[in-house]
Amino acid sequence: MIAIDYAQLLRLALPEVIVVATALIVMAADLMVLRRCSTRVRFSVAAGLASIGCAGAIARILLAPETANILDGMLIANPLIHLVQIALLTLTIFTLLLSRDSTFTEHVGEYVLLLLVATAGMMFLAGTEDLLVLFISLELLSLSLYILTAFNKRSAQSWEAALKYYLFGGVSAAFLLFGFSLLYGLSNSTSLTQIAAAIHGPALDPLLAIAIVTTAIGLGFKVAAAPFHFWAPDVYQGAPAPSAAFIASGSKVASFFIFFQVMALGFAGAEGTTSLPHPVRGWVPVLALMAIASMLLGNLVAIRQTGLRRLLAYSAIAHAGTMLLAIVAHTEQGLAALLYYVITYALATIGAFAVIAVVEQQTGGDDLSNFDGLGRRAPVLSFCLAIFILSLAGIPPLAGFFGKFYLFVTVLNAAPGSTGLLWLVVLAIAMSAVALYYYLRVLKRVYVAAPASGAGEIRTPILSHVLLLLLAASVVLLGCAPQLLLRWILAAIQASGL
Amino acid sequence: MLAWTIYISFLGAAGLLLLPRGSVGAARILALLTAIAGFAITLTVFVQHRTGEMLTITRVPWVPSLGIEYHLAADGISLTLLLLTGIIAITGVLFSWDIEDRAKEFFALFLLLIGAVYGVFLSYDLFLLFVFYEIVIVPKYFLIAIWGSTRREYGAMKLVLYSFAGSAMVLIGLIAAYVAAGARSTSLGDLAGFPFSLHFQMAAFPLVFVGFAVLAGLWPLHTWAPTGHVAAPTAASMLLAGVVMKLGAYGCLRVAMTLFPLGLGPWGFHVLGLGSWRDVFALLAVIGILYGGLVALVQKDFKFVIGYSSVSHMGFILLGLMTLNQLGLSGAVLQMFSHGVLAGLLFAVVGRMVYARTHTRDLAALGAMDLNKVIPFAAVTFVIAGMASMGLPGFSGFWAELMVLVGVWRAYPTFAVCVGFGIVVGVAYIWRAMQKAFFAEAGTGSATPGPPLPPITFPERIGAIILIGASVLVGLYPQILLNVIQPALNSPLFEGLRKGSWQ
Repeated sequence: MIAIDYAQLLRLALPEVIVVATALIVMAADLMVLRRCSTRVRFSVAAGLASIGCAGAIARILLAPETANILDGMLIANPLIHLVQIALLTLTIFTLLLSRDSTFTEHVGEYVLLLLVATAGMMFLAGTEDLLVLFISLELLSLSLYILTAFNKRSAQSWEAALKYYLFGGVSAAFLLFGFSLLYGLSNSTSLTQIAAAIHGPALDPLLAIAIVTTAIGLGFKVAAAPFHFWAPDVYQGAPAPSAAFIASGSKVASFFIFFQVMALGFAGAEGTTSLPHPVRGWVPVLALMAIASMLLGNLVAIRQTGLRRLLAYSAIAHAGTMLLAIVAHTEQGLAALLYYVITYALATIGAFAVIAVVEQQTGGDDLSNFDGLGRRAPVLSFCLAIFILSLAGIPPLAGFFGKFYLFVTVLNAAPGSTGLLWLVVLAIAMSAVALYYYLRVLKRVYVAAPASGAGEIRTPILSHVLLLLLAASVVLLGCAPQLLLRWILAAIQASGL
Repeated sequence: MLAWTIYISFLGAAGLLLLPRGSVGAARILALLTAIAGFAITLTVFVQHRTGEMLTITRVPWVPSLGIEYHLAADGISLTLLLLTGIIAITGVLFSWDIEDRAKEFFALFLLLIGAVYGVFLSYDLFLLFVFYEIVIVPKYFLIAIWGSTRREYGAMKLVLYSFAGSAMVLIGLIAAYVAAGARSTSLGDLAGFPFSLHFQMAAFPLVFVGFAVLAGLWPLHTWAPTGHVAAPTAASMLLAGVVMKLGAYGCLRVAMTLFPLGLGPWGFHVLGLGSWRDVFALLAVIGILYGGLVALVQKDFKFVIGYSSVSHMGFILLGLMTLNQLGLSGAVLQMFSHGVLAGLLFAVVGRMVYARTHTRDLAALGAMDLNKVIPFAAVTFVIAGMASMGLPGFSGFWAELMVLVGVWRAYPTFAVCVGFGIVVGVAYIWRAMQKAFFAEAGTGSATPGPPLPPITFPERIGAIILIGASVLVGLYPQILLNVIQPALNSPLFEGLRKGSWQ
């Protein structure tokens, strides 16, 4: 029987506790005090309170940083995890501010509550190395996301997307759990480090191979990597804009971080290689295949899309493929590159969804034709959109470019002389040329096409303006001075060890 | 001080965007002043710095954990091309004086492009060079797609995808080289000094060279150039042919050839009589010279003639690089300057002086308009530009092509014959275009077509005079540029190339 120090547990989980308490306060305030006010006021108050709560959690992490490891990895606190949690909370704040101008629901308190609960789930997810806690927090996140997707009760698309998301999510969770159960059987432990110690061996156990594949399926679903991506286009299309932005940004960051942790920590010793022509069996070839499939499918299908949301969904699949390369590399540098990439990617994606939200409210859809002549109808909005899109395309001096560059460098650096990795990088770079084509098609609509006759100026809410400019500025700043974020990431990884 | 060429251009672009709507006049003036300022800075440094050796301008750490520095430096080759950029920037603004639609956006993108081009020529750090190289891509697309003419969206997209595919190849090569050298520094000097294995250089050299050469119009990857030039508005085609294609050639020389000099060496076996990458690219360059010239000879569209002539002239540059001797290389750099000025001039005549007035570029239709009497200034300019482009003595093209020819004679005697033939074709297509467009027999019986054409404006005259002046100056006294180019080619940076196969 292990004695548990509940006081320490509570102190370590204080940021999460703050977030959950804020959620309850927001819910209570909304239901008891603000019932009769307009949706707009309720959203403003709820989003404001929730943002304060998230900011409080960030402050707690920053002001009282602790390093601890409770119960063999059940709950961990170290600089790296703090960094990820701060990133997640910041992205949540952006999502909350973005949702302020929404009109799709009257259940404001519930909506904000779910966002915050999902955030708490992500924070626990980042801060654990234990299969049980990992699975529970992943489910907490997923279940919240399913409901957030379905939140627009007036739109049939929203339900349909949520149902698909739920069904696929349920199946993939089953796969994940099956893989975890095998791992437990093999190692008699739920701690990633102990699993790694137990499975270490010269030959690959067939059961372990199954565990690797099912775990990769379960986590591959979360990051929307092909061939487990089928939910993504529908969810991006059908979900309310803030939910979609949240799924595309915060959830991505948390999922990729834990994907890296599970693979690099839990399956250490069963890596295998991608070296051609004789790859060694292990999880690296599995992820490499997923990466190839995602890059090819995402980029090629995105060419055919006519709606911006679906286009972003397929481009997200392509980006997931690129980010998987960093996991394939599984070095400290690779983790740094992954974090840099996914954080800057999340910023640009939230920004793009913020623009979509405004355009949808005023023109009624996200079809590319709705963006015709946006450059003249809303100059600031389109300028920001151009920055986000070009950053996603990886054009310097925006953050997306440095993310790509650094990621490719670390992948090649992980195993110098490995032809397999070299070909993966070559494919990724070649695909980025394809990607530029469809990204430019969007910008062509915005700047080259003439606006539809009679289309007036698009009015952007002031808060959206501020939010967009803030996001655009951060994308430009992180592109021009990558050291700002990179130094922090590298220091955190150094301090925490891998 | 040279770094300010970049900053001024970017600041000018930002300033233009902040102007109130509809202020066309102010936008033009601001753009012109910015371009002049950039040129003035370059000229001052050019006059002060006569030795042509590498001159460090700025050097600060940028991303220390990766060894990336913000390192700007210039030598004689960069200075020559910076001068060219300044000249094209000024005249490009002058020849865009008639842009009324969304003028401030036009000039802002134009200056953004110019600033990035300055950046490429000044970068000593390869990461920085690549950043500027890619910034060039996006403004190009919008300049063509928004303000262009014939099939502009197709032309713009094709151009962008070709250049991006090229830069993707460059990126692969650069990352591979950076990692192979230990991932400590992206500085050109450090990487050029690193002894990459022969095997690596043999693989990386063609990759990076072709990546850059796509933008330099290497046959058979040149097809973006004619369509892109034709679709682009006048100032953009001047920039494309005058400066952007030079970026490719500059990258070939500065990056591909200095980093991987052993890649130019013999393979040790022969395929179809070719024994090294050097032979392959020399052959492709010769084919480009002949193919571009012959295709230009049968074009019906005036602008396509000039577009294909660019492909032909860029072939001289690439061939000059492949001669690997002092004469050929200096000739190639001189040809970069010369072709930049002359292509700019030719496109200005065709796009601004003729097309903007007649709204047709069909040579047969132009011939019926009796243009030598209607707009004599355009006719005279075209005759002079044509003479320069043919390589007549007294113009910059003469020295450049002569030096390349002699260099080729030493390295590839058989090719020299083909190049001689290419020069003859060059005379032919210019002659044909000149004759058909300006001096055709007008008396086919048709009545005078439509309203009289507006006269040639003052900015156009100034622009034409600047460009002709530049070509004549270099034609009369080529040492002005060669004095800085040759020391630069003898600098330690090119040592690997000299030790390898320099003749």
